[in-house]
Amino acid sequence: MFADYSMAELGSIFVMQGFAGLILFSVFLLMALGLAIIFGQMGVINMAHGEFMILGAYVTYFTSQLFLNYIPSLFSIYFFLAMILAFIASGALGMFVEWAMIRHLYKRPLDTLLATWGLSLILQQLYRSFFGAREVGVELPEWMMGSIPLTDTVEVQINGLFVMGLTLAITIAVAVLMYKSSWGKQVRAVVQNRVMAGAVGINTERVDRYTFALGCGIAGVAGSAFTMIGSTGPTAGQLYIVDTFLVVVFGGAASLLGTIASAFTISQAQSTMEFFLSGSMAKVITLLGVVGILMLRPQGLFTLKVRR
Amino acid sequence: MILSRKELLGLTILATLILVILPLSLDIFRLNLVGKYLTYAFVALGLVLCWGYGGILSLGQGIFFGLGGYCMAMFLKLEASSVENTKIQSTPGIPDFMDWNQITALPWFWEPFRSLPLTLILVILVPVALAFILGFAMFTRRVGGTYFAIITQAVAAILTILIVGQQGYTGGINGITDLRTLLGWDIRTDNAKLILYFVNGLLLIGCLLLAFFVKHSKFGRILVAMRDKEDRVRFSGYNVSNFKIFVFCLAAAISGIGGAMFALQVGFMSPSFVGIVPSIEMVIYTAVGGRLSILGAVYGTLLVNWAKTSFSETFPELWLLGLGGLFIAVVLAFPNGLAGIYGSYIEPAIKRFLRKKSDLMPSGTLPQGSPAE
Amino acid sequence: MADETERGLESSLRRKLLMGMAAIPAIALMPKFALGAGPATAEVNTTGLAVTDDEVTVGILHSITGTMAISETGSVQAEKLAIEQINAAGGVLGRKIKFIQEDGASDWPTFAEKAKKLLVNDKCASVMGCWTSASRKAVLPVFEQYNGMLYYPTFYEGLEQSKNVIYTGQEATQQIIAGLDWVNKEKSAKTFYLLGSDYIWPRTSNKIARKHIENHLEGGEVVGEEYFPLGHTQFNSVINKIKLKKPDVIYAIIVGGSNVAFYKQLKAAGIDMSKQTLLTISVTEDEIDGIGGDNIAGAYACMKYFQSLDNENNKEFVTEFKKMWGEKTVIGDVTQAAYLGPFLWKLAVEKAGSFDVDKVAAASPGIEFTKAPEGYVKIHENHHLWSKTRVGLAQADGQYKVVFETADLVEPDPFPEGYQ
Repeated sequence: MFADYSMAELGSIFVMQGFAGLILFSVFLLMALGLAIIFGQMGVINMAHGEFMILGAYVTYFTSQLFLNYIPSLFSIYFFLAMILAFIASGALGMFVEWAMIRHLYKRPLDTLLATWGLSLILQQLYRSFFGAREVGVELPEWMMGSIPLTDTVEVQINGLFVMGLTLAITIAVAVLMYKSSWGKQVRAVVQNRVMAGAVGINTERVDRYTFALGCGIAGVAGSAFTMIGSTGPTAGQLYIVDTFLVVVFGGAASLLGTIASAFTISQAQSTMEFFLSGSMAKVITLLGVVGILMLRPQGLFTLKVRR
Repeated sequence: MILSRKELLGLTILATLILVILPLSLDIFRLNLVGKYLTYAFVALGLVLCWGYGGILSLGQGIFFGLGGYCMAMFLKLEASSVENTKIQSTPGIPDFMDWNQITALPWFWEPFRSLPLTLILVILVPVALAFILGFAMFTRRVGGTYFAIITQAVAAILTILIVGQQGYTGGINGITDLRTLLGWDIRTDNAKLILYFVNGLLLIGCLLLAFFVKHSKFGRILVAMRDKEDRVRFSGYNVSNFKIFVFCLAAAISGIGGAMFALQVGFMSPSFVGIVPSIEMVIYTAVGGRLSILGAVYGTLLVNWAKTSFSETFPELWLLGLGGLFIAVVLAFPNGLAGIYGSYIEPAIKRFLRKKSDLMPSGTLPQGSPAE
Repeated sequence: MADETERGLESSLRRKLLMGMAAIPAIALMPKFALGAGPATAEVNTTGLAVTDDEVTVGILHSITGTMAISETGSVQAEKLAIEQINAAGGVLGRKIKFIQEDGASDWPTFAEKAKKLLVNDKCASVMGCWTSASRKAVLPVFEQYNGMLYYPTFYEGLEQSKNVIYTGQEATQQIIAGLDWVNKEKSAKTFYLLGSDYIWPRTSNKIARKHIENHLEGGEVVGEEYFPLGHTQFNSVINKIKLKKPDVIYAIIVGGSNVAFYKQLKAAGIDMSKQTLLTISVTEDEIDGIGGDNIAGAYACMKYFQSLDNENNKEFVTEFKKMWGEKTVIGDVTQAAYLGPFLWKLAVEKAGSFDVDKVAAASPGIEFTKAPEGYVKIHENHHLWSKTRVGLAQADGQYKVVFETADLVEPDPFPEGYQ
């Protein structure tokens, strides 16, 4: 298939393809970060994760409408405000859900799956009732669309760069929060031994609530960012859920580094195969590969050594 | 003795409900709907065994239901695609969707489905084989809990994409539709629907008996022990993974039967059953019924589906709220589902009532309570 | 079973319609009988359908929950509007239409279950419904067994014909061939890259497109063909492949939420649609709402109806639709086709002089509907519609500008020779 092309053309295609893989990597990582905290750290199987993302997307949509109608002059920067609002909205919802539902279920992790599935049904219907069954189109400021030509043939998508930058920033923030701050220490202490952590004076309930809210808030930011590349509708959240869980599980649930590595591996495999195969087959083979590797190495790529 | 007295009583009541009360009180349309719901009860029953007793939560039971259903549907489709029925096709004698996809000869893996006995074997064998492969790979490596759940979910996703993508061989997203006869017997008539309903009901009761047998056998006790303290069982010299593989395969086999009965009663099979959403829904039937209750699985399935149908007929735009609320309520307030409600509220009330009576009649016997179901 | 707000809307609309009846297109279709003076029920209903002296029941069966609700909402709205208009103009054979709405929930077995309920329990005289091919395939045996009448609005892959279905959308050859010929002539396009979501309609359509490109277009060549799982959201790899192959035309049949991702990513990857021709048969004005007009401006779509069509019927239709469902709603090809269903049924019932399904089915071929928003349509022997095919150019405001329309009605051919 490469016979008719000059080396320069091929080179630029491969550069762009590498870039496509990096975008996919950022997308996967952004999807998975929130869940890595909720599932990885707290053991809660949050099936409504996609719906938290979509909440962020809807918040972005409303912010954009607000700016368009009232302060069009500042439209070009609305997205930053939208992301902050998305974080707050999803985080607040997360905090409420933790209080009303999740905190009763810490001893029964599999039951969180059922309860959050019910939650996701309810959220979908609420979105449908409030925002309509149709998809909404989120208008983006002009500077976020289009691409920067690096050379004559290599072009770099601006929204791709944006997602990458955002992912990098959030990953660093999460890493610092988890591994450098005293709050992170508390979270990890609670994860490793809830009773002991409580005994040494950590307010485990509060730690749980904020951890869950943080994970949901990050999901909201991810949803906000995905309005640039995907659709916003009541059921769009379901598109992400399998991929997201696989990334987290493949990485080894409790490890941030693992999540990063696994998002990288899966995205590179998928984007490379998509280039050579049809989209459907690429997806099947990627999933099969992940399942196969998980069978051989069930604990995921990276694991924490925890005494059980 | 397979059953305790209480279980025998419960099973008799359920059998009367399925085989006598419902057929007498419902018209054939509603009865056929109940028949469809009861096919899901097979899956729910399988989940009671592997999740409730074995502690293995699978989010991919729809896979086995779907495979069983596809096996049956392939047989029925081949019968419906006889040369005279399909003479307008460019290749007569093969299913219509193959013809649309320029496939000119029946693929090899369709061949076994020309024979009914072979089909009936495959209805059970194919799901069991896949369950064995999955189970063997997972359980010997001690994958469990949430990991297993998520991996089964991924397998369901893979299978859905494959079935939808290979539409020339599988019927794609439309599934296998327009099934007409079983060995020349028209399965679409009201009469046939009635007969199939009873066959389905009897098979379900058979599977319930099997489940009770498993529960009371030594195997069932080991399962429960394993669920509660896996390491201790392992240290006592049992091969834990073999037990898990067996119960997972058993659940798959039962689900496969349900799928086959679905294809017979509804007249088509669709890849939407293989996916993640129906698989999770089926887990929810089990949870609503009570994950430890064999009979509860059937009641849970009936209740949820009845709620779903009647909500969606009355409030088509709001029924998801009710359904979602039901799941949350069950998990938060009634973790043992209907069986739990029965065990902690209704049964004591009955006992009190009986006790009052037996006080009046000194020779009266109390029902012997077996350990909590 | 509409909720309260909807009922309010409808009744206010009913008043308006009654007041301004002269203005609406349905006036031309005034039935022969004034309300309440129709023929005796025993005469027009010999098979036990839900027909009384002043009412006839029809079903509406679409997904209003689940992933397909996005697409099917427009069809439900159009069908309700058509029923309102027919009722305002006196109903069918002197009987008002009452509808029962059921939710298919984007789940094919549910569609079959609800179809059966509508036919067996509710005895609906006809059903307007379904959207995806899979849902139609699931209900078809039900309609054939219980002898119901289905009006199916979506453009679809063909390869089907049933006494019990009237297909008010286009079948694949109607929609595809004219568009390919046009792009070949207008844009001198020779090389095509075919894309689709992975299910039967895109695959069959692309198959027909490939046959036409290879056998009927001079120098025509397909340089790539690819499918993506439904709901796929990452298209950067295939966009790179397209850049590598440099096809004259990207021929895209991507559906649902994937559409949004695909066009946003195309735009972001710097593919300029004023230079790169893109022809789609799956993006109606409804989808553009989600994609955003800016992201798809410059693409061509080939179908039978665009909201911007300039004729009297359509102007009135658009006005009435917006009056009923809000100024912001848009109308796509399928929505218009769904609007035709109740009218075609009414005409057939009046021609047959009976609600009996057999008589309606027999009376259907040859029915002409001159007030269709898309213009004149006629039912073919094979229960599909003769209709014109048009090519539209997507504008930044989310509308299409019609740039081409076939001179004559295109004959429906669900089993096209040489394309299978």
